[in-house]
Amino acid sequence: MNYSSNNYGLSSNMENRKQAVMDQVRNELALANAQELINKINEKCFSKCITKPGNKLESSEQTCVAKCMDRYMEAWNIVSRAYISRVQRESNSQGESL
Amino acid sequence: MSSLLPKPNSNLEFDEATQKELGKFLESENARMRLQQSIHTFTDLCWDKCINKISNKIDRGEETCLTNCVERFLDTSLFIVKRLEETRKNLS
Repeated sequence: MNYSSNNYGLSSNMENRKQAVMDQVRNELALANAQELINKINEKCFSKCITKPGNKLESSEQTCVAKCMDRYMEAWNIVSRAYISRVQRESNSQGESL
Repeated sequence: MSSLLPKPNSNLEFDEATQKELGKFLESENARMRLQQSIHTFTDLCWDKCINKISNKIDRGEETCLTNCVERFLDTSLFIVKRLEETRKNLS
């Protein structure tokens, strides 16, 4: 009976620490994912838009990079949908054959 | 005597149920990360194959190309594994 009241402070403290660990993991993974995306966009859009690097980033190049960024993220979403639906189809058919 | 024993950082440990829960959480985050990493790889690969000119929107043709690109990449991967297995069987 005393157990829960004695440990109440401790267990809610543990709950908080658990949440903190989970939040930290989520944040770090989200950051890593964003960094990966930024690196890819940088690489792809640089090679598409800056064909002859001049002594400054031209406004036409900036326009191209801006568009390219949007297209890359669009492509990412299309690929994501295609891959996830494939994974789902595959795991469904595996379930049937077993 | 026992009052001397409690570990100074015992409040930094998790009980068994919480440890289990955290383990499950990490496993699922890990799986999500691997999935996202694959999507990055496919987007990289299929962008080069399917996107020639940067327009205002990805058009139907490009979208179909991206979808097919993912599907065929995975088919290729399965095909390679299958063929290697067959080669191995024929050898034995």
